[in-house]
Amino acid sequence: MKQKVIIVLILIGLTSLIYATKKGLFGKANDSYSKLELPEVVDYNFHIKPILSDNCYTCHGPDANKRKAGLQLDIKEGLFGELPENPGKFSVVPNNTSKSTIYKHITSDNPDEIMPPPDSKLQLNSYEKKLIKKWISQGAPYEKHWAFIPPEKDELPQNNFKAWEQNEIDAFVLQKIEDNGLEPSKKAERNTLIRRISLDLTGLPPKPEHLEKLTNDLSNESIEKVIDEFFALPSYGERMAQSWLDVARYADSHGYQDDSYRTMWPWRDWVIHAFNKNLPYDDFLTWQLAGDLLPEATKEQILATGFNRNHPITQEGGVIQEEYRSYYVVDRTNTLGKGILGLTLECAKCHDHKYDALSQKNYFELYAFFNQVNEVGLRMDAVQAKNQKYFADAPFLKLSDELIENDLPFVKKRKGDTINVMIMNDSAPKATYVLNRGNYDDPTDEVKPNTPNVIYPFSEKLPKNRLGLANWVTDDNNPLTARVFVNRIWGLLFGEGLVVTAEDFGVQGSLPSHPELLDWLAKDFMENDWDIQYLLKKIMLSATYQQSSEATPKLKKADPENKLLARASRFRMSGEMIRDYVLTTSGLLNPEIGGPSVKPYQPPGLWEETNAGGGRGILTKYVQDEGDKLYRRSLYTLWKRTLPPPNMTIFDAPNRDLCEVRRQKTNTPLQALALQNDEQMLEAARVLAQQMVDKNQDSTQMLNDVFQRILVRKPDENELQTLKQYYLDATNIFKSNTENAEKLLAQGNYEKQNTDPVKTAALMLTAQVIYNLDETITKE
Amino acid sequence: MADKKNASENPLKINRRHFFSQLSVGIGSLALGSLLIPDLFKGNSPTLGAKPLGIPHFAPKAKRIIYLFQAGAPSQLETFDYKPTLIKRMGEDLPDSIRNGQRLTGMTSGQEKFPLMPSAAKFKQYGQSGAWISDFFPHMGKIADELCIINSMNTDAINHDPAITFFQTGTQQSGRPSMGSWLSYGLGNENQNLPSFVVLTSRGKGNSQGLYSKLWSSGFLDSKHQGVLMRSGKEPVLYLNDPDGLSRSDKRHLLDHVSSLNKMHHVETGDDEIESRIAQYEMAYRMQMSVPDVMDIKKEPESITKLYGEDVQVAGTFAANALRARRLAENGVRFIQLYHQGWDQHGNLPSEMAGQAKDVDQASAALILDLKQRGMLDDTLVIWGGEFGRTNFCQGKFDPKTFGRDHHPRAFSIWMAGGGIKPGITYGQTDEFGYNVVKNPVHMHDFHATLMHTMGIDHEQLTYKYQGRRFRLTDIAGNVINDILS
Repeated sequence: MKQKVIIVLILIGLTSLIYATKKGLFGKANDSYSKLELPEVVDYNFHIKPILSDNCYTCHGPDANKRKAGLQLDIKEGLFGELPENPGKFSVVPNNTSKSTIYKHITSDNPDEIMPPPDSKLQLNSYEKKLIKKWISQGAPYEKHWAFIPPEKDELPQNNFKAWEQNEIDAFVLQKIEDNGLEPSKKAERNTLIRRISLDLTGLPPKPEHLEKLTNDLSNESIEKVIDEFFALPSYGERMAQSWLDVARYADSHGYQDDSYRTMWPWRDWVIHAFNKNLPYDDFLTWQLAGDLLPEATKEQILATGFNRNHPITQEGGVIQEEYRSYYVVDRTNTLGKGILGLTLECAKCHDHKYDALSQKNYFELYAFFNQVNEVGLRMDAVQAKNQKYFADAPFLKLSDELIENDLPFVKKRKGDTINVMIMNDSAPKATYVLNRGNYDDPTDEVKPNTPNVIYPFSEKLPKNRLGLANWVTDDNNPLTARVFVNRIWGLLFGEGLVVTAEDFGVQGSLPSHPELLDWLAKDFMENDWDIQYLLKKIMLSATYQQSSEATPKLKKADPENKLLARASRFRMSGEMIRDYVLTTSGLLNPEIGGPSVKPYQPPGLWEETNAGGGRGILTKYVQDEGDKLYRRSLYTLWKRTLPPPNMTIFDAPNRDLCEVRRQKTNTPLQALALQNDEQMLEAARVLAQQMVDKNQDSTQMLNDVFQRILVRKPDENELQTLKQYYLDATNIFKSNTENAEKLLAQGNYEKQNTDPVKTAALMLTAQVIYNLDETITKE
Repeated sequence: MADKKNASENPLKINRRHFFSQLSVGIGSLALGSLLIPDLFKGNSPTLGAKPLGIPHFAPKAKRIIYLFQAGAPSQLETFDYKPTLIKRMGEDLPDSIRNGQRLTGMTSGQEKFPLMPSAAKFKQYGQSGAWISDFFPHMGKIADELCIINSMNTDAINHDPAITFFQTGTQQSGRPSMGSWLSYGLGNENQNLPSFVVLTSRGKGNSQGLYSKLWSSGFLDSKHQGVLMRSGKEPVLYLNDPDGLSRSDKRHLLDHVSSLNKMHHVETGDDEIESRIAQYEMAYRMQMSVPDVMDIKKEPESITKLYGEDVQVAGTFAANALRARRLAENGVRFIQLYHQGWDQHGNLPSEMAGQAKDVDQASAALILDLKQRGMLDDTLVIWGGEFGRTNFCQGKFDPKTFGRDHHPRAFSIWMAGGGIKPGITYGQTDEFGYNVVKNPVHMHDFHATLMHTMGIDHEQLTYKYQGRRFRLTDIAGNVINDILS
């Protein structure tokens, strides 16, 4: 009897379980989305379109070939018009959820009706469904994609804690902070702030004289003076150039199979020069896109066009040149998209874009601008490569001594050398066709150079060439260019852009965290003649930028990712910055600017193990440089595409095959190993120890100084005690084993000094401890 | 209930992005997402060892993959695709009906004639399966019944760079994650002391083509998924060795002080990234022990080293790498990628291929036997092959002793063995000229789909959203070849 009851109970339990599961009761109970509060006003661009694009556009979006049921939800007519296959019915009927077929489909239980269909493996969550419902009942307001609406300056918000604000930026930031019941952080400490500004503007730690300049007066007047001093340093141009090299996919090798040497470094010297003379961003772009087409183009403007020849070029024997020529044009088009316009144009190469209103025709109209170059491709065999021919593919600019002297004094060429730099021209006019599936050998309709109307129409008055394109790109009415750049500068300083996907301002990209601020900055930037230093200064003089980066428990809980900017960001430096930091603080840095790239320390054998067989060019074997060439800033390290410098790639540097606009900031064991054992790191600790051990007798003072030199602040009492204890321990270890001390001090090529080996080795390891601190490699 | 469409992506990272993309802190007075669902935002990215993606999608047959990549592209006609017709029709021009518009590389497109050239090697049938294998590979012959030979591979590329990039990343152009990175991303890391994706390289004397770090790059995936090059010699992983004069205990002492200062600073700043940094330093410290240990083949008994052949004693050879691959597999490395360079025989094919084959034949077979005797072959998938095939006609002078073969994308041969793959079969078939696939074609995307299937992954479901699009290893194609699954 008892058993029967149990069985019946189990059966009842099971039945209700099945029922509950079917009805989705459990689903609801665990649905974290169901707890989310809906916004008071549902916004099409910010709330609705991301749902539609992510879930619906694949079949009901811009791609005409894949469109189902003739329904196109990415345009207003499609969203609100009569259904092509269902007369009398409408996807969205404002204020009427039950007549809106879209709502019926997304909430259906019927597997034949539910949208997105089960086989798409996509599914709306309960929050998304409720959002759509509320949007419809609020009258379904519609707007063009936010990034295609030209930016305007909104009125500044009025906030309670107005006293905190230092400029317009703060008004926008504070509004969000206050809306979330939080407060901004206090100002960063003097040394932290100056270190931050120095790293941001020069990529290097500040010199002692900069620290002295900024006394305890942290007013904006005195900060501004310091900023101006940094702008005046040549290292400013180097720092800014570094950030442009990833965008411009700059390298010192051709890439692909044989990956031999090329000489594009004079173009890199130009970039440094351009930033140092604060060339406005619109000119900076125009010269690179079309310098050769400017009236009475200067040699400098022509050199700038090397930007569009930085892409990889194959030398592989037996390639079909036309296939690769098409790749090169594609690369230029994609770089314009990702690097300058913030659009994933490449998605429209093989078919109409799945998400953005860009057709395949649009793509090849842009491609047409870059398709007129009389490039021939590198045709090279092993013997030719060995003889070091073909460093450049036509067209190129021959840099003679005379040319450098008269026109390009900033190019650091050795006298007597002739260097060829690849540049652009339009001297091979070609008809451009839409290439079916993007295949070079499958042309279809002919197209003429043009830009997508959806962004901003191409003026009739403009020439239909790269110069016209450059004018279109830098027109104040272009909604993208300024936004994209301002966002990237923001990302440079804060670690992440206001739009996280700095490469994608399209409908699938992330939305700006502070849209009004982004627009204000973009507009302000254009109003101030695209002045890059003006923009940097504007941001740096904001209270937002000058905050402490401390993550208090309250802030961490409320805003772990610091989306609200109620504190400054704290993030790891790039590989280049870390190396430069170590070179500077150890006194090793060779501040020479420009010239051919150099080959500093690299673990031996790397190129030799993977090359295409010896003899193919001068990059098959790594011949390390000597003397002060070892200690140049990292942007001068020779960049071989197939095996870029490992102490850079370990810290997330891209290989430069393609345009990249942001790097990851990973934290890995390989980084820990590089920081401990890279010869450069060890040598820097040794050289620093050598200098300091001589100067000081008192170990407390000595440790204080080493710490101050690396971290740009004084150690606190606990830190000092830890370092003293370690230094003492290390001294004792080496006292009993001077042989080990000598071995350690043998690190690196830099001249050894006749200091006490025990003390020096102990101090070297202490410096290594400090070099390996998280704080050292982090911008706080 | 979890949002299904995100189940196939990194649930922390993507949800967060996705979440903000929908909620935004952009407009009005919308509260910040994290205030509302704090759990969604807790912690950093999934730690090593975690399986973040709800994978496997179904029970996996293979737990790990050892890929013996033969870079440069060995000829199918001298390995596994036996074509006696070529002997009969030696010297005749390749019929246009067979070439059928196939584009040629610039190296042979200027040739006036395309004279058929038979195999430089004799063929025999081996094992119960009767698999045809050339005399260049006698050791592989002995394990024929373990192999699944595929003679119907085909690809789209005709040059090395795009072809090898296609094999490794699923597309011809650079920028996408490598197979090993996809698996690391999908399945996580099995161990705490070694990376989940390891690369070993070696080189034969044949004409070789370069390798590039992009082949083991993690592309747009987190770079912790990138392949780690483990080199032969004293420092298998870059920067692994401590400097002379610093003992292990000195190092520990140093790291303890780094840690304690880092901890102080963690309290000061509240930044949990510092905790993660401390953990990475500990992992690095462990790797300094575990990597040399796993790479050291001196501990292997003579019976094993003999199996792999004499070369195994020479650092940097394919044989030494094959044995190391087994040791890495035993220690929980998920994807072990070997490359052996030197298979690009545009000329001197008979002698060069004989040399290349000698480099790899015994050790490849030994690896299978070794895994088998340890009971590991059942859950280890081993793959052998190059990036495309070679032409059935002669490149260069028509001389049976010195001829070469150009690149050929339409048909080539590889083999797979072990985890999840049917042993002792030959799959797919080419025409009598060895030029076109006539039965059971296996395209690159099918190959990738099948490989992922053995690891318990539905290739359509392992996606990563980047630049607004959900990317996968198989792009938008690929069918699992069920016929070869065990």
